[in-house]
Amino acid sequence: MNEQDQITTDPTKPAQRMRAGSMTISATPWIVAALVLIVLPMIFTNNSAITIMNQMAITIVFALAYNMLLGQGGMLSFGHAVYSGIGGFACMHIMNATEFFAVLPLPLLPIFGGLFGMGLAMIVGSFSTRSAGTVFAMISLGVGELIAASSIIIVAFFGGEEGISGDRTYSLPFFGIEFLKQIEVYYLISAWLMISTLLMYLFSRTPIGRMANAVRDNPERAEFLGYSARWVRFYSFIFSGFFAGIAGALFAINYEILTEENLNTTSSGVILLVTFLGGVGFFFGPILGAIVFTLVQTVLSLQTDLWAFYAGVLFVSTVMFFPGGLAGLIMMHVPAFKFGKARHLVLPYIRTLLPGLITILGLSALVEMIFHFRHAATGEDEMTLFWTTFDSHAVFPWIIAIVVTAAAFWITRRNVPGLVEAWHKANNFSGGRT
Amino acid sequence: MELVLVNLIDGLVTGLLLFMLSAGLTLIFSMMGVLNFAHASFYMLGAYFAYQISLYMGFWVGLLVAPIIVGIAGAGVERYGLRRVHQYGHVPELIFTFGLALLIEELVQFIWGKNQMPFDIPEVLNFTAFAIAGNSIPAYKIFMIFISVAIFIGLLFVLTKTRVGMIIQAALSYPRTVEALGHNVPLIFMGVFGVGTALAGVAGAIAGPVLGTFPGMAFVLGSIVFVTIVIGGLGSLWGALVASLLIGWITTFAKSYNIRMEDILNGIGISTPEYLDDNIFRDLWTITSPQIADILPYILMVLILIFRPYGLLGKRDA
Amino acid sequence: MNSSANSTPALAIENLHKSFGKAKIIRGVNLKIGKGERHAVIGPNGAGKSTLFNLITGRFPPTSGKVRLHGRDLAGLAPFQINRMGLSRSFQITNIFPKMSVFENVRCSLLWSKGYRYSFWNMVSRSQDLTDAADSILEQINLTARRDLPAGVLSYAEQRALEIGITIAGGANVIMLDEPTAGMSHSETDYIVELIRTVTEDKTLVMVEHDMGVVFGLADYISVLVYGEIIATGRPEEVRANPKVQEAYLGAALEAEH
Repeated sequence: MNEQDQITTDPTKPAQRMRAGSMTISATPWIVAALVLIVLPMIFTNNSAITIMNQMAITIVFALAYNMLLGQGGMLSFGHAVYSGIGGFACMHIMNATEFFAVLPLPLLPIFGGLFGMGLAMIVGSFSTRSAGTVFAMISLGVGELIAASSIIIVAFFGGEEGISGDRTYSLPFFGIEFLKQIEVYYLISAWLMISTLLMYLFSRTPIGRMANAVRDNPERAEFLGYSARWVRFYSFIFSGFFAGIAGALFAINYEILTEENLNTTSSGVILLVTFLGGVGFFFGPILGAIVFTLVQTVLSLQTDLWAFYAGVLFVSTVMFFPGGLAGLIMMHVPAFKFGKARHLVLPYIRTLLPGLITILGLSALVEMIFHFRHAATGEDEMTLFWTTFDSHAVFPWIIAIVVTAAAFWITRRNVPGLVEAWHKANNFSGGRT
Repeated sequence: MELVLVNLIDGLVTGLLLFMLSAGLTLIFSMMGVLNFAHASFYMLGAYFAYQISLYMGFWVGLLVAPIIVGIAGAGVERYGLRRVHQYGHVPELIFTFGLALLIEELVQFIWGKNQMPFDIPEVLNFTAFAIAGNSIPAYKIFMIFISVAIFIGLLFVLTKTRVGMIIQAALSYPRTVEALGHNVPLIFMGVFGVGTALAGVAGAIAGPVLGTFPGMAFVLGSIVFVTIVIGGLGSLWGALVASLLIGWITTFAKSYNIRMEDILNGIGISTPEYLDDNIFRDLWTITSPQIADILPYILMVLILIFRPYGLLGKRDA
Repeated sequence: MNSSANSTPALAIENLHKSFGKAKIIRGVNLKIGKGERHAVIGPNGAGKSTLFNLITGRFPPTSGKVRLHGRDLAGLAPFQINRMGLSRSFQITNIFPKMSVFENVRCSLLWSKGYRYSFWNMVSRSQDLTDAADSILEQINLTARRDLPAGVLSYAEQRALEIGITIAGGANVIMLDEPTAGMSHSETDYIVELIRTVTEDKTLVMVEHDMGVVFGLADYISVLVYGEIIATGRPEEVRANPKVQEAYLGAALEAEH
């Protein structure tokens, strides 16, 4: 189910043809991704767009590194920001070590970040990978809190409250590029995004990467196949630390400052949220999660003060109703497409999702109105919502919001059975499995 | 000597408060195998509910009613949230409670805003109970100790003397067998979750006035509670008690005695480097115990996990 | 050295004891299993057969006594170390990797013995010999048609076959099967027995089994375990004729069988 390059086909096909398919790793998606990365800044040329894309790329690397643990190794970490943070802080110190930095081309800096992340992961992993599950999660939390708290005390390395800042342009010019411009940094980060993603993908196809899955699913069986579950976890852990460190280094290059915020539990929580939202069961899940999360964060945080509240609701409902995340939702539709029946789903989807969307918008309007009603300064009764300005203390807007939400909800509920039926029809060939 | 006594009392208050949280968390963990990340969030809800009720009906009604509401909310979370996520496995369960903790914090900010609430100690308890060498001990602290001990004794009574308590105790050691014996385990789970979160609610209601009722209060205490039950040994109620008191006293003493790392290092025969300002270990030399008081529990936890993974009194592995 | 190695039994169990709390489950078992032997351990329910299995394979530590594999003491070794010494086992309750494909299950079982160890510099899909070896095992266990399905969706009998495939894939020379035909219909049982016969060719086989048909069809030697002690060991016909065995267990079972 969580295989990417081995397509689950119907068993009647001869195995020989399949074998040829799984021998080679298709290059097409990688070339397309590289082209998209090259072309993107030509379409979105303004600086804020490039800032968002840089942020997105860094989050992708970090989320993929995190999923090496959570999705592929079955280890839940509540303190993974520590490894990217250490990588970032180390890179800031290298930037500030003027003589050394002057002979180091900036594009090589992330390697050092990776090595520092890996080094810390080796130390912590030596005792934390003894078991997966709850104990591992607790140790990750304890170590994470410990290092985040130490960062305030150990000023020489972490810079205390202000953090550590530096200047990336003091590095050895790389083919004449000094990385003064945002766009140059974008291409540097994109290059590392491609490299890290490819390496992490390849890692999942190596013997140790395959055994990471095996240990996740059934550690005992893996032990009876000659592998020590602990060592398998340890290797996943240090490689995850390495790529987290690279993400930290890219952060250092992009923002030129690191603070305690890069290490603390909140950052660790965000990366868990991003990864889970995208879907832990598929390699591309975290990529999707990072893109969607960064976009939603950027857009929503400009529109509303309550964005963290919405993120929390989204997160909890993802865990409750779509544990496969976005990637899981997408992959659910693969069988329907294979049977050529996907088009039968379009109309029922529109019928259900459109009113569903209105319900959600209506609910969020009500939430915003309640918030405004409770917290706006006295006298400021006017609020603007969905391009409409109205008085949040008047009855009429409330009636409209409630009626629209309730009506949309009613329509959604009424159309759900139709969608379920269409879904079963579209997946009828799969032998009852959905 | 007098200061030691004052610190002992202060540490006891902190420790017992921690225990009210860790006891519920331990019960929930032992029964259901799930570490409730949002446990401290219910503690926060207890404080906020108690504050809100106290505005209209006074402190005592708040103290009584808030934990009940929190308990009902907790049972609801178990029934409609956790039970659903349970089918996906342990890791999603942990993630769910983690998300819940985030959500409750945002929810509290949504309703009450980001500022600290003016939740105060009731007038009747706002006096000095007695003084030790010029250090006054407020009556409220004695009240907190009294409540915590009363709850502990009550819990002990329920667990050892009642039928429900027997079932819960059995379920702590042999969860599957209890299910096989035909007890309504889902109902017991919901009950234990409700009672556990209600205990956290009580802790919140009595701690709110002294420690402050603000949106970050769950976060401040939350991870310490985890550390406590890990140190005590996952699933051990006595371990939770020992670890709570240990952490309460360690942090209190570390804060009130200014022990400097420099003195310790000098004491074991390492002399202070001449140019401390340029030394890379400068920060290590200038560390003082109040500075690291808050991270001592984490250090203790990491050490425990390395050298005694089952915790102080724990028997079984998670 | 070579001549002495030939006389060393594949598996030697010396005065093995195991207690859980006060309950003595294994009470002094002695057993020698020669190379290339097919040895079945039988006994009534609760005799301690599965416990004996778990002691041999390092799942539980024994209370006292020794287990030797090719003459080497297994005390204190972890399951993965024992496996690397050439002992592989199956489980009574199907123990596979349900989320991975059938092919992937077998390939993972091959990795260590093919020398891939913890390597992160070569990709499994590039290795033709690994793919071929996995496919040939799939052919042996008759699951080629199911190759790319998640193992969790296979039928019970197919999962049992896969379990055997995983067990033998690593090329271990001592194979231990814990009730390989438990819960199977007659035709499924016949299929698995044939499978076991072919895949354990030239190997030492130790199995726990309830089905007497399977035991007498497959085993060269039989040991009877009753209340944690072995009351008889020998050729099937000797064991069948042994009055102690008939009294304790076999007679009743045979009557039920025929």
